[in-house]
Amino acid sequence: MTEQEKKENKSVYGDAPEDETIESHTLAIIVDNEPGVLARVIGLFSGRGYNIESLTVAEIDHEKNLSRITVVSTGTPQVIDQIKHQLGRLVPVHKVVDLTVSGPHVSSEVALIKIVREKDKHDAAIEKAKAFDAEIVDVTDESLIFEVTGDAQTVTNFINIMKPMGLTNVTRTGIVALMRGPKTI
Amino acid sequence: MTMAQAMGSVQTDTTSTTNQPEPAKILSGAQMVIEALIEQGVDTIFGYPGGAVLPIYDALFQQDKIRHILCRHEQGAAHAAEGYARSTGKPGVILVTSGPGATNAVTGLTDALLDSIPLICITGQVPTFLIGNDAFQEADTTGITRPCTKHNYLVKDVKNLSNVIHEAFHVCRSGRPGPVLIDLPKDVQFAEGEYVPKAKASTHMYQPQTKPDMEKIREAVALIAGAKKPVFYTGGGVINAGPQASKDLTEFVKLTGYPITSTLMGLGCFPAHEDQWLGMLGMHGTYEANWAMHDCDVMINIGARFDDRVTGDIKKFSPHSKKIHVDIDPSSINKIIHVDLAIVGDAGQAIKAMMDVWKEQNCKPDHDALHAWWSQIDEWRDVKCLSYNNSSHIIKPQYALERLRHHLAKSGKDTFITTEVGQHQMWAAQFLPFNKPNRWMTSGGLGTMGYGLPAAIGTQLGNPDGLVIDVAGEASILMNIQEMSTAVQYRLPVKIFILNNQWMGMVRQWQELLHGERYSSSYSESLPDFVKLAEAYGGIGLRAETPDQLDDVIERMLVTDKVTIVDVCVCQSENCFPMIPSGKAHNEMILAADAKQFDKKLV
Repeated sequence: MTEQEKKENKSVYGDAPEDETIESHTLAIIVDNEPGVLARVIGLFSGRGYNIESLTVAEIDHEKNLSRITVVSTGTPQVIDQIKHQLGRLVPVHKVVDLTVSGPHVSSEVALIKIVREKDKHDAAIEKAKAFDAEIVDVTDESLIFEVTGDAQTVTNFINIMKPMGLTNVTRTGIVALMRGPKTI
Repeated sequence: MTMAQAMGSVQTDTTSTTNQPEPAKILSGAQMVIEALIEQGVDTIFGYPGGAVLPIYDALFQQDKIRHILCRHEQGAAHAAEGYARSTGKPGVILVTSGPGATNAVTGLTDALLDSIPLICITGQVPTFLIGNDAFQEADTTGITRPCTKHNYLVKDVKNLSNVIHEAFHVCRSGRPGPVLIDLPKDVQFAEGEYVPKAKASTHMYQPQTKPDMEKIREAVALIAGAKKPVFYTGGGVINAGPQASKDLTEFVKLTGYPITSTLMGLGCFPAHEDQWLGMLGMHGTYEANWAMHDCDVMINIGARFDDRVTGDIKKFSPHSKKIHVDIDPSSINKIIHVDLAIVGDAGQAIKAMMDVWKEQNCKPDHDALHAWWSQIDEWRDVKCLSYNNSSHIIKPQYALERLRHHLAKSGKDTFITTEVGQHQMWAAQFLPFNKPNRWMTSGGLGTMGYGLPAAIGTQLGNPDGLVIDVAGEASILMNIQEMSTAVQYRLPVKIFILNNQWMGMVRQWQELLHGERYSSSYSESLPDFVKLAEAYGGIGLRAETPDQLDDVIERMLVTDKVTIVDVCVCQSENCFPMIPSGKAHNEMILAADAKQFDKKLV
């Protein structure tokens, strides 16, 4: 919006806010494992214009029928605060914890990386993969698949290193995270 | 053998005094719906039948505890249920069919979500084995309504049905109220299963916090007692907390002697006839209310959510005040305006707690400071922001409402006002006095034209002895005019007071002030003859064309025993003032007299 337009706001709504600092937060959400629960969570993010950097979900307690969703989201501190409260309003949501503020946590994700062609580079690729403790989970005459586990940055680094080695396919799970130490959640 | 067992043995084995398990009640899904509604205290529901809900309509036909009101459109049914809920404090219930029945109800559900109205909407659905096949009248109802309900359910197994209905009632009225939808496939309505009574229904983990933190209450009271220029800023949360909350609020505000304003949704939570009442605040609020908000040093927000129609420019919003915010919904706190003291809890409980602490600590307001503050407020009041140029030959809409106000006061009847959306709605909020809660039904958050007539119908059904008036515009009323038939069928004597200026008035006002007087599609080139229209439906039609006809027409309207349309032909060019233009602050509001200047500056 130009200065001129700002001065002459003809909208029935006020001006858009100025840009503020953007933070990245990792949230753990415990939900009832019922049909539509993921749609509620995702719909909340899209409906209210929040960002999703990464999202993972799986059942964690079959008896109690609970799932754990891990979301990495970015926004201003106020938006992050809103996301937590809005998630808390959803009826099947039991608990929302912001791992980024509630203490140190470990986070991890898995990626599968397929290398094809450039056969002459396969040995070098295998050599580099050792530094990342990446496992070879599939191998043919023309291809390799590595499985790498680590925090998001480690996985990204590994992918970047593999790019010139004939990398053709990547799939990442998105991160899962747990708080360090004896505290639960 | 215990006493209870002994007594139980001589009674029928269905009494709860026996230790024998009650014999399971086997019902069809459709019968379970009726049984659960009755157990939840429902006596009136609003709806429209169709293929996918026929089993429930069949079950309705075979009982006499629940009255079904046949509306003429599912949107009408939803707004009628809202009016019923808002005026009685009980959840409103809607029953509609699948597909178009459900999609037509969506506007009403969204309206209820934004205004926190407890609704239960039961929709029929195609049989479970056809879901996803694009069957006749199939729509993904739970998908469509997920963002416009507080919660929704698709019940695929009859064994879950009664529990889901009880849970739905719990969710719709707990915490911040809202609409809850239950989608019910036709085969589940036919299937038989064991009925779970309300007492045995699993109380869901959904237990929002209603009890305020007492430490924060004490902090709030200390702030309130120390204020020199305080203002109470109250909203719909006080109304939702029940009539006792309004009584306690009134007592507490009188104890403090502080000024009080309210949002559109909160009108009636404090009696408008009291001296401390400043009138509504916000975009078309009073000069004194908005200036008090801007200049105050302590703002006590109870059950209001800093809506953008209230705050004006948030950067310039009440810059020098300490802000206390009481809200049952934690997501409302710090969403728009950063507050200094947040109290999560029910408005009624928080008011009571604050008042108890105030009395216990024998708090006294700072009399000198308060006296100065009131002198300042009186200066703002002297601006007489609601004044308008009256006319002897053409009816000014404000004058029509002043006459209505006069005759309502004279009649002494318990009056319920509903509105459509637009200029007439703002004028009604400015010119009609609300002295009790639950007497004002309007679409605030969503701003739904077509809300007022069905809401009036629901209000009249919930308050058979009340005088119910829909203050309407001629454009809005046409959006749900078909509900005239409903009013006639159930002999509901609702009054529809149309301020007819032949324009979508609020649209026209914005086009005049902000879009260079280019009146794009805001004039209705053709309108029905509202008197004949009323008569065609089987109601009564009246018209006032000049100011001297108004009194007679209003007097006649007040004593009709049938639905009555009053076509008040008002000045076409009248604008609604005062007004906070967008991007402006509370202390930059413009009065009718400044409008010409405002016009030149912006266009």
